[in-house]
Order: sequence, then C-alpha cells, then structure tokens
Amino acid sequence: MNVAEQILTSFVAAAGFAILFNVPARNLAYCGLAGMVGWMAYRSLIEMNVDPIPATLVGSFAVSVLSQTFARLFKTPVIVFLISGIVPLVPGGTAYDAMRNVVQNQYDIAVQLAFQAFMLSGSIAFGIMFSEVFDQLIRKLRTPATGDGKRRSG
Amino acid sequence: METTSHSDRLIAKVCMLAGQIMMENGAETYRVEDTMTRIADSFGLPRSQSFVTPTGIIFSIEGSAPDTRLTRISERSTDLRKVIEVNAISRRISAGELDPQEALVLLQGIEKSNPGLSAGVKTAVAAISSGCFLIMFKGEWGDFLPALVTGGLGYAAVTSLHRFLSIKLFSEFMASVVVGILACIFVASGMAHNLNTLIIGSVMPLVPGLLITNAVRDLMAGHYVSGLSKGAEAFLTALAIGTGIAVVLSFYRGEGLTL
Repeated sequence: MNVAEQILTSFVAAAGFAILFNVPARNLAYCGLAGMVGWMAYRSLIEMNVDPIPATLVGSFAVSVLSQTFARLFKTPVIVFLISGIVPLVPGGTAYDAMRNVVQNQYDIAVQLAFQAFMLSGSIAFGIMFSEVFDQLIRKLRTPATGDGKRRSG
Repeated sequence: METTSHSDRLIAKVCMLAGQIMMENGAETYRVEDTMTRIADSFGLPRSQSFVTPTGIIFSIEGSAPDTRLTRISERSTDLRKVIEVNAISRRISAGELDPQEALVLLQGIEKSNPGLSAGVKTAVAAISSGCFLIMFKGEWGDFLPALVTGGLGYAAVTSLHRFLSIKLFSEFMASVVVGILACIFVASGMAHNLNTLIIGSVMPLVPGLLITNAVRDLMAGHYVSGLSKGAEAFLTALAIGTGIAVVLSFYRGEGLTL
C-alpha cells in the first residue's frame, strides 16, 4: 500500500463529496480529514489481514468520533462531517461484484457477496452507533448531576 | 389577546419554515424535530409537538391560541449549507438574539438563496472524486483519466436527467448505464485496463451516502418511519445503480468480465 497516495486521494475524495453536498468552504478541510482518517483506519486494518467487517466497523467508528468532535468545536450539525467520511466505507466494490455475478448467472457467489455487502453496511451502522454511545457516556460523565436534556451536540 | 395569538401564529410559522428548509435539504429527522421544538421553546411556547417524516411535517403549539400546521415536503435535495445556516439561526434564537419577525425574514432569505456552485463545477468535482476513488480501490494511475471522464459524465447525466424527469430512480439508472458504457468503451479501446475498478470508482459519486447515514441515525434515534423510508430510498438507489451496470455488463463480453 502506497500510504501517501492513499492519504491524498481519500482526503480529496471526501472533500469532493462535501463540495457536491454544498458544504461551506470553511468546513471542507475537516470533511476531508474525517474521510481520510476513516479510510486510513480501514485500509491499514485490511493490510494487516483483518476481515473487512471489523475493519469497516473501526473505520466508521473513527469517522463518527471525529465528526462529533468537529461538530462540537464548530457548532455545526454532525451530519456535515459524517456523510463525506462514511461514503468511502460504503461497500460499493462488494455490491458491484455481487451484481457482476448476477449478470454471469453465478447466483450462488452473487448471494454470498450481496450478504457480505449487507453485513458491511450493518457494520457501518454499528460503528456510528458505538460512537454515539461513546459520546453520550462522555457527556454523562462530564455533567453527572444535571443530565444532558438541554445540551445540544452540534 | 389579539396580539398574543398573532405572535403565536408567527412563531408557528417560523418553526414550520425552519423545519421545512432543514428537511428539504438533507437534515436528519430527529434534528429537525429538535430544532423546531427548541425554537418554539425559546420564544416562550413550551409544550409544542412536532412530527416529522421525509414527506411531511406536522407541528402543533398549545397555549392561548392553539395552532396546528401541516406542510407537505415534495422535493428533497442535498444542500448542507442551508442546514448549517438554519442551525445557526436556531442557535441565535435560543440565545435570545432574534425576535420572531427577524427570524422569519432570515429564514425566507435562506429558503430563496440559490444553490452555491454551478453544475459545471460540481461535475468537475465529481470527476476528481471518481479518480481518487479509483486509486483508493486499488486501481492503477493509468486509469485515472478515464475515471475522470466516466465519473464526471455519470454525475452530469444524473443531474441533467433529474432536471427533465422527476423520477429519481430512472435518472440514477440511466447515469449508471452511461458510466457502464463509457467504461466498456475505454477498456475495449485499450485506454483503460481494469474495467472493475474503473466502474466502481466512477459510480461512487452516485452512491446514496447521505441517505444511508441519515437512515442509520434516524433509526438510532427511534424515528422508525423516517429511518425505514430513507433506508428504502437508499436501497432503491443502490438497486438502480446496480441494475444500470448489470444491463451494460450483460451486453459486454470483454476481458474485464472474466474473474
């Protein structure tokens, strides 16, 4: 894996996605950063021969934690940073392979790949969920007495 | 009494407009509901209720002049700048910096403001993203230029077709057919080498990233109606893209197809 090449392209791709969604210029670099960190976490684990499902889980967890931090720092909705970071982790390649096998009438392989794509999407969801739980825990620990009913996250 | 009911109506109008702008431009459902009740709260109307779905908003206030409103959301797009601006206004209202009339004027300004970048710039950005995705998915640098062309034209196809036809599914399907055909031409003519990575990279700008993320976040927040409907929309988009590619691949028997 060429690390510099991966860092550069994942940053540009995530920031590009943010531009397509009309994110204001001052937030673009942070969107790119979120995408880069998530993708590098995912790719490094893949290079270490970790299964794609836990790798995606770690990647989306990293993206969400970073997005929530940015959201709190800049008082901006968390979704702004989250989307462009999550997009590279979406199992487009696996879904494509599944589709290609359908076309070639290899339904057994296609179903396996489709299920893998489904599991990968599920691990993205769980990565986001774990970071949300993490975020709420931190908030509860910081303000143990008052609770967080009136706090806003972004 | 008359003035109170008038200003209550105005507050309901402000909340409604804020919710409508956020929902039309890609905010999560729970954030829309939260923002609407927060605005009402800050203007001194505590027990307001809002029920937001991707296709409509119901908002109700109690008090001296109870008022319930319904807004239909027919057109949804993604313009996160508007979501950020409405969020900023909601914060200023919470801080007590704006009265209802000022807030309404500001919100109407946001609603009318045009989408920032031109279609040409966005197409160029989508093209560059496609090239980068190609490299991320282990493609070769030799395929970078073809990915720029296919990804950019695919994105241009989805935006321009969507302007003529209101069926989102069809424009996504056609865009992925365009991507597939161009990729096959590039590989068949020897200008690109790996059909698979070329198609995956070029299709990425069409992927429903916002819908997937929002669906997950809405489901987590307990908004099952919105979460499931956004999930269904994301699934249909993915299906349209996949079908478009599959249609092209079933006609193409080049080297890229062998496993």
